[in-house]
Amino acid sequence: MPKQVLQGTLDLMILRTLATMGPQHGFGLAKRILQVSEGILDLNQGTLYPALLRLEQRKWIKSSWGVSDANRKARFYELTARGRRQIALEAESWATTVSLMERFLREPAVKKD
Amino acid sequence: MLARFWNLFRRRQLDLELNAELTHHLESLEAEHRARGLSKSDARMAALRDFGGLVRTKEEYRDQRGIPMIETLLKNVRFSLRSMGRTPVMTIAVVATLAIGIGANTAVFSVVNGILIKPLPYSDPERLVRVAHLAPGIQLSDSRDVGSSLFLYFVHREQSRTLEGVGVFGEGTSTVTGGREPEEVRRFFVTSDVLPLLGVQPLLGRIFSQTDDAPASPGTIVLSYEYWQRRFGGDRSVIGRSLDMADDTWTIIGVLPRGFRAFRGPVDVITPSRFDRNQVTVGGFFRGSVARLKPGVTLEQASADLARLISPAIDSFPLGPGVTREQLQRMRLAPVLKPLKQEVVGDVGNTLWVIMGTIAMVLLIACANVANLILARTEGRSHELMIRAALGAGWKRIALELFTESALFSLAGGIVGIALSYCGLRALLTIAPASLPRADEITIDPTVLLFTLGLCLVSALLFGMLPVVRYARPARDAMSSAGGRWSSGSRERLRLRGTLVVAQVAMAMVLLICAGLMIRTFQKLNDVNPGFSFVEEVQTVPVAILPASVPDPVLVVRRQHEILNRLTALPGVQSAAYTSAVPMGGGFTADIIAPEGRVSTDGSAPKARQLRFVSPGLFETLGIPLVAGRDFTWTDIYEKHPVVLITQNLARQEWGSAEEALGKRLRSGSQGRWHEIVGITGDIRDWGPSRPLTEIVYVPVLAEQIYNTPTYIGRFITYTIRSSRSGTPAFLDEIRQTVWSVDSNLPMVNLRTMGDVVADSMARTSITLLMLAIAGVMAVLLGVIGIYGVISYAVTQRTREVGIRIALGAHGGEVRGMFFRQGLVMTGVGVVIGLGGAATLTRWMSALLFEVSPLDPGTYIAVAVFLVIAAGLAIYVPARRATRVDPWESLRAE
Repeated sequence: MPKQVLQGTLDLMILRTLATMGPQHGFGLAKRILQVSEGILDLNQGTLYPALLRLEQRKWIKSSWGVSDANRKARFYELTARGRRQIALEAESWATTVSLMERFLREPAVKKD
Repeated sequence: MLARFWNLFRRRQLDLELNAELTHHLESLEAEHRARGLSKSDARMAALRDFGGLVRTKEEYRDQRGIPMIETLLKNVRFSLRSMGRTPVMTIAVVATLAIGIGANTAVFSVVNGILIKPLPYSDPERLVRVAHLAPGIQLSDSRDVGSSLFLYFVHREQSRTLEGVGVFGEGTSTVTGGREPEEVRRFFVTSDVLPLLGVQPLLGRIFSQTDDAPASPGTIVLSYEYWQRRFGGDRSVIGRSLDMADDTWTIIGVLPRGFRAFRGPVDVITPSRFDRNQVTVGGFFRGSVARLKPGVTLEQASADLARLISPAIDSFPLGPGVTREQLQRMRLAPVLKPLKQEVVGDVGNTLWVIMGTIAMVLLIACANVANLILARTEGRSHELMIRAALGAGWKRIALELFTESALFSLAGGIVGIALSYCGLRALLTIAPASLPRADEITIDPTVLLFTLGLCLVSALLFGMLPVVRYARPARDAMSSAGGRWSSGSRERLRLRGTLVVAQVAMAMVLLICAGLMIRTFQKLNDVNPGFSFVEEVQTVPVAILPASVPDPVLVVRRQHEILNRLTALPGVQSAAYTSAVPMGGGFTADIIAPEGRVSTDGSAPKARQLRFVSPGLFETLGIPLVAGRDFTWTDIYEKHPVVLITQNLARQEWGSAEEALGKRLRSGSQGRWHEIVGITGDIRDWGPSRPLTEIVYVPVLAEQIYNTPTYIGRFITYTIRSSRSGTPAFLDEIRQTVWSVDSNLPMVNLRTMGDVVADSMARTSITLLMLAIAGVMAVLLGVIGIYGVISYAVTQRTREVGIRIALGAHGGEVRGMFFRQGLVMTGVGVVIGLGGAATLTRWMSALLFEVSPLDPGTYIAVAVFLVIAAGLAIYVPARRATRVDPWESLRAE
């Protein structure tokens, strides 16, 4: 069953995608993220844009107008140096969270009542 | 954050970019779906589905882009501006009302701020005090103190433990010669301590050293910035140049920074006093003295310190001429220290606060009016507001919206008000009495602007609160009162507005009573017989002949006499004379006057009396009656006869009657020559019409052994010339030419008629009267408009009812009476509250009144009657309209 985007994970997905693919426009990003998630993620593609703006306001990415493959005017986003550092930080904290959750899930369930 | 703020201003551009971006995305999605073989419309639908809510995305995006709170605010502002623009008449009425109210308050507050609130322009001014002494033993008129004296100053300087510095100063005018015409300059006489203790640093050159202030030092002078600019055009090479004044040639050693002022006001030149400590004797009071307290020292501690120094001071110096130890003891000298600011400001504070209070009340009335207008306007929107509330608009949101509008109104009023106050202030300062302290420091400065901003917010709260309370309640309440315009709702609104009107009437009542009391005071003052007449016909001309130009006293008199003869010979002159001080001119020369054979019979010390040095003919010129005896003659003067004239009240006090006093003798001080009383004059009110009669000893302008001086000559005199031509430019010009024909070095300034002198002495009363009258008129106008508005509203609201009544046979008179009753009840309640308020509040202005009780029944009744009549007229117009209601029309209008 497709999953809703977990709060805060979308940012990391975007940053990570930009890191691997280089400058991308919004449509390209959405397509790539859905591709990578292989249908697990149920993303309203529109939600991408407020997130992109947020990242830009934090100066992790920057944008400029350019021309897409289909020869159309589109806004391209790319990582900044700060954004690159941020990926490392976020990835680390995400890894910590994951390992923490795994530990809890491996333990026997808390006895009920 | 800054970027977000900036984004607020380029929404359009950003929206376009967002649209382009989203369109690109959607079209790309659509193209993909088309490529998979979907039809054009199916592809579009699929694209939209994939994308999710387009509108929601945009909203989220915009929220992320800007600052939501400010966006809401801006939206409210835009909305309010639009709705204000839709009702321009009402908007102008509200803004104008507020502008007048806020403007008047801004102007008066800038005066209060400049005079009372701003610290004095010296460094650390809280520690500056004026040093003076009280002498309760000799009962100086008008409860004045005797100031300080040089013998006290030297001891204070050398022995006080609580003073960081102390100096002696004097303020006056001098004549600078060497220009085309002799120029009168404002001069500040100081000991070398004064400028340093005020914390003054020179802009150029240096200030006085102890050496400059030593007795035999060559004259050095410091210029004020303003005089340096005026006379020398700001030339920096001015240091070392010399300046000729009547009494010496002075070398310029420094220039003070811009804005330096002495205690009475701006000055042009500052000179060292060069007192000789070896010549100082005990006596010689009425010196101005200023000191700086050491940090942490209180006024009481410093007073105690100086009290301790009085007897050592008396012991350290020889007694002056005419001074005895017994006399000093009887004076009961005691130091009195006052903050310098209090000394500079004087007793103008009371007047200013009364004016501020009344003007603030005008603003309150204005706010009530505006509240009424805004209520009416909000009522027009009540359906809209209720529907919005029902649809789930939060009451906070509605309240904020309503309040935004009020705040905008009051800000607009404030901005226009500041412009008004700027003009008003200039007008105010031109009519302000010359004696207004610190008048040069009154400006619209940041403090004033802050005050105005505060005023705007407070008024917005005042008049904006009512509609908010009324309409922005939680939705449930709003719904329940939505019953209809014709039921309880409108009655409640009418009551609210009625309350506002009652408050307005009450406040207008208070203001009118204040103004009325001032008018009565002014009448009483004008009714007072000052003891002299011909005020409009007497021209006063001050002339000073200084020792540097004419050293010999007898020659001074000859020159004064010569000028007098030429002035008397001018066409149209009925009589002329001169005196050391004109009545009500503020002159103060006092000495202890001892009647012969009556020294300390009852143990009380002889009292200090006013001395006036006069020429023959003064009493005739000024219309002061001669009660008994004779006037001086020129022989008395040239032969220095020991004769004096005294006022009738002094004769009664000392000898029982004018006749008894005639031929008796008195002397000034305890060693002066005995002078025979040859005449008794009528009493005059020398301190102004509201003050008691003054006891005066008139002495010939040249006299021996009087006022602690071997030969006294009045060098600073004022000619009084009675002529029907007084005050005309041609006459003044002739006077100047006449004086200059005798001595071309005499400055001719401050030529006033006695009428001007008297008006100046009443200036404070007249300006207070003017301000209160303006406030009163504004209050009445606003109040009347308020009543008119409410009755009109009531008439409109009850049109249907009136129509039914008329249809059922009610007369026009009955209908009119209905509204009259309603209006008069409001007025009546307001008047009663106002009477009570006035009775309480006018106590604060009793110091401004003269022979009028703050509870003066005549004023109270007259004002009440006037207000009721004015209100009656305001009610009559709408009430008459009610009688013309056509029953059919009114019912059909439903």
